[in-house]
Amino acid sequence: MHKRVIRLSLMSLCVIGVFSSAALAKELKTFEIKIKDHRFVPSEIVVPAGEKIKLIIENQDDTPEEFESDSLRREKIIPAHTKAQVFIPALKPGEYSFVGEFHEETAQGKLVAV
Amino acid sequence: MLSISIIVFREVLEIAMILGVVMAVTRGLVGRRRWTAAGILGGLLGSAVVAYFTGAISNTLDGMGQEVFNALVLILATGLIGWTVVWMKSHSAALVRQIKDVGKSVAAGEVPLHMLSVVVGLAMLREGSEIVLFIYGAIASGTPFLSVLAGFTFGLISGSAVGAALYFGLLTISPKHFFSVTSFLLIFLAAGMLLQAVGLLTAVGWLPEGISPLWDTSAILSEKHVLGQLANALFGYTARPSAAQAFAYFATVAGLLFLNHLYSQPGKGKNHVRSKRKSNEQTHLLGLVIYGRSSNT
Repeated sequence: MHKRVIRLSLMSLCVIGVFSSAALAKELKTFEIKIKDHRFVPSEIVVPAGEKIKLIIENQDDTPEEFESDSLRREKIIPAHTKAQVFIPALKPGEYSFVGEFHEETAQGKLVAV
Repeated sequence: MLSISIIVFREVLEIAMILGVVMAVTRGLVGRRRWTAAGILGGLLGSAVVAYFTGAISNTLDGMGQEVFNALVLILATGLIGWTVVWMKSHSAALVRQIKDVGKSVAAGEVPLHMLSVVVGLAMLREGSEIVLFIYGAIASGTPFLSVLAGFTFGLISGSAVGAALYFGLLTISPKHFFSVTSFLLIFLAAGMLLQAVGLLTAVGWLPEGISPLWDTSAILSEKHVLGQLANALFGYTARPSAAQAFAYFATVAGLLFLNHLYSQPGKGKNHVRSKRKSNEQTHLLGLVIYGRSSNT
């Protein structure tokens, strides 16, 4: 049975490989947000609806932060003084809120897709 | 303090649920405490190491290291859980024979306890490193230490309590159904982990997302709600899954159920029907034997 399990796992790896090579990164519209004093700057950002975009989030604080959004289904730890990139899938027009989970009282923002 | 305990609760919950199921599945087996303890210790150590290297991990692979790392951890855990489920199913006959012949408990080495130990360790590593980072951040940004400690303790205790409730709840299941229920739980746990892994890989663009979200049940059961968090930790409940996530989830469930079915039959061909019935009896017997043992201890 081990052989069969190994074969199965190899097959699934191949499938993943094919998928990922098909999804090679294209040039995406990029938007930048900073985290300063546990707040997002800017806290509201307008993005185009209906296309994939890239967010670059720069944490300028001395502490790590976790970018989290339920509506965007994204979650990412951003260590102190580093930049992180977050890919956002094509959005329907509307508002999508996000928070810095480690400082949720102050770190709040939203994407407005138009 | 409250916000600290809520975050700690959220992270501890996932570890506690996995621990609760693993402890229930392995009840009555010799050596399970040692292996579980090894998993917890390894996970604690690992989470400190991962937390320390978060920056380095994040910066690899063009800033996608964190997602890829977490996805790999999740895929590994999925595989180990799946393997364990199938292993237990396929060895139920041998396990019963051994108990009958020798009249002693199942030898620890016979059961892939080490795999479950790694599963526990991996869960702790992932969630634990987030707790470490968060606590570090809270202290570094000037939150009073006592307040952090109180929040942490409260979150830890409440999260663990849910895991303990799950464990003791599972123990009350009748021996006849115990193994099918715990196998199902493990299968859903594995599927939920793969769903998360696919979510991470689509987030960095390594996998296509498909229609996203495929559906949205956040109005019925939000992931922010305590029940949503429970369902998430236990079944991988996601209010807004992408098509890729839904596919991964159901494919894992279907695949593991199929493998389970395949390996539950010791004989093939003309003995098909008879051996199938036999294997069902054996599974139940194993449940009885293990149930009997654990109620003695």
